[in-house]
Amino acid sequence: MSANIATRDAYGKALVDLGRQNRDIVVLDADLSTSTKTALFAKEFPDRFFNMGIAEQNLMGTAAGLAASGKIPFASTFAIFATGRAFEPIRNAIAYPKLNVKIAATHAGLTVGEDGASHQCLEDIAVMRAVPNMTIMCPADGVETEAVVRAAAAYKGPVYIRLGRAKVPMVYSEESCSFEWGKGITLREGSDVTIIATGIMVSMALEAAEDLVSGGISARVIDMHTIKPIDRELIVKAALETGAVVTAEEHSVIGGLGSAVAEVLGETVPVPVIRVGVEDTFGESGTAEELLIKYGLTPGCIMQAAEKAVKIKLP
Amino acid sequence: MEKDHSKLERIALRIRRAIIEMTHAAKSGHPGGSLSSVEILTALYFAIMRIDPERPDWEDRDRFVLSKGHASPALYATLALRGYFPEETLFGFRRIDSMLQGHPDMKGTPGVEMSTGSLGLGFSAACGMALAARLDNRDCRVYTLIGDGEAQEGIIWEASMAAAHYRLDNLTAFLDHNGLQIDGPNEEVMSVEPLAAKWKAFGWEVLQVDGHSFGQIMDAVAKAKAVKGRPTMIIAETTKGKGVSFMENAAGWHGKAPGDQERDAALKELEVVCCEC
Repeated sequence: MSANIATRDAYGKALVDLGRQNRDIVVLDADLSTSTKTALFAKEFPDRFFNMGIAEQNLMGTAAGLAASGKIPFASTFAIFATGRAFEPIRNAIAYPKLNVKIAATHAGLTVGEDGASHQCLEDIAVMRAVPNMTIMCPADGVETEAVVRAAAAYKGPVYIRLGRAKVPMVYSEESCSFEWGKGITLREGSDVTIIATGIMVSMALEAAEDLVSGGISARVIDMHTIKPIDRELIVKAALETGAVVTAEEHSVIGGLGSAVAEVLGETVPVPVIRVGVEDTFGESGTAEELLIKYGLTPGCIMQAAEKAVKIKLP
Repeated sequence: MEKDHSKLERIALRIRRAIIEMTHAAKSGHPGGSLSSVEILTALYFAIMRIDPERPDWEDRDRFVLSKGHASPALYATLALRGYFPEETLFGFRRIDSMLQGHPDMKGTPGVEMSTGSLGLGFSAACGMALAARLDNRDCRVYTLIGDGEAQEGIIWEASMAAAHYRLDNLTAFLDHNGLQIDGPNEEVMSVEPLAAKWKAFGWEVLQVDGHSFGQIMDAVAKAKAVKGRPTMIIAETTKGKGVSFMENAAGWHGKAPGDQERDAALKELEVVCCEC
């Protein structure tokens, strides 16, 4: 399986595999199972699937109760409803008691597309990052999504998994994905600047790095699939060795991956950090492709940011 | 036929005294809604639930979730008297480094099934526990206690819909209907009535009892156990501040601790006549 698929599709398939292996896996959704792809699990394991209706607070509260009784619930809905509407149940009923709930939120970011700003969640990483005990995973493609889902199920505690609606280019093959919980993956070596990307921006970062070669810039590319806890060691090493950093995420530049990286470097190796992401604004309707261009989430934008970072870095 | 509940009554009295002592020592906490729920907690922990304080993680235990988490003094006193932890621990209530947090913390306190305090979340989690018990074919039952002001939370109705939809007949909820919330009587703040009709309309079995009568509470739970295919809501008519004359039916005692004189006066009213329990 190495076709371009959306991470939500990979999630749906991975859940079914997981369900076959572990009968403690239960899945909850809030009337979006055909979109979040939990419908695949529902079809195979109807007794372990609970549609909670359009009631996201209770989705999270019920998941907490199931986890308190030893189940491993995956609770899915769109990112905006999971982390927005149900923020406080996630904080108080899941994260505070460190319950074993996996919040697998799809339709994160701008690539929701035509549904527009109300459904394009650009703040979820920021709000989840601020919650103690929460961990955050954002896979780059279908293969990595499967690894993330398996790792999340094996980890004992709350996990927020950020998934997308749109198809994404494959970054990994089954053999090449050396996924390890909490460890960023260096996909390309480089010496002038490091591009740290997450989710759908990883493949764009690789493209940008390739395009930078002709201008004489050697860019390292890191896939930061685990945003919390963040791989401090790898970030520090990259900053020491390349002297400049660019971050890329399909999320607000406030509070997400860019902030996490800047926080680490500000306290360790203060090198320039240029954040590629959505500026402090809401999205709008359009195709995913149009939106990514309009809001500055392209390989070209990453390239420009890398050039700028190299220019301002200290000699 | 009226059974003799004198032992339970003595326990309830000791729990009431502990509530006064704890909130007085902590100089904060919620005596009003703790005192109103004492008989419900006493009946559950000393007469109804299948539990073993020696094995708080026993998988087949019945579970109780205090969704109105601010009544933590009542829960802590009940758990201590039932043997989950030493009674001396109660004096650490709300103090730094104590395991007895202002609102229940399941990670820190043996016997606490769910971290609560944010209203409505415990009720929702109790539904999840009832679902889990059914998935595992366990015959354990899940009990939860909500406040009447808590019924104003949207999640209460989300969860009520889901509990009926999934036919959670192993779930029994109590509503501590003392009629008062922080800002005053329910009907002045935000009308919640008709509560019985609301839960009936949501597909629940609804029973109404005097929430200070052990006989009525236990009869209602026996009835709830026999109900098939739907959850049961037991609306317990209670008096906020029950047992302490100057705290009874006074919204002001929702979240205020008694001072020295008030503690002494309260304890005088709560004299234990017989100490054999």
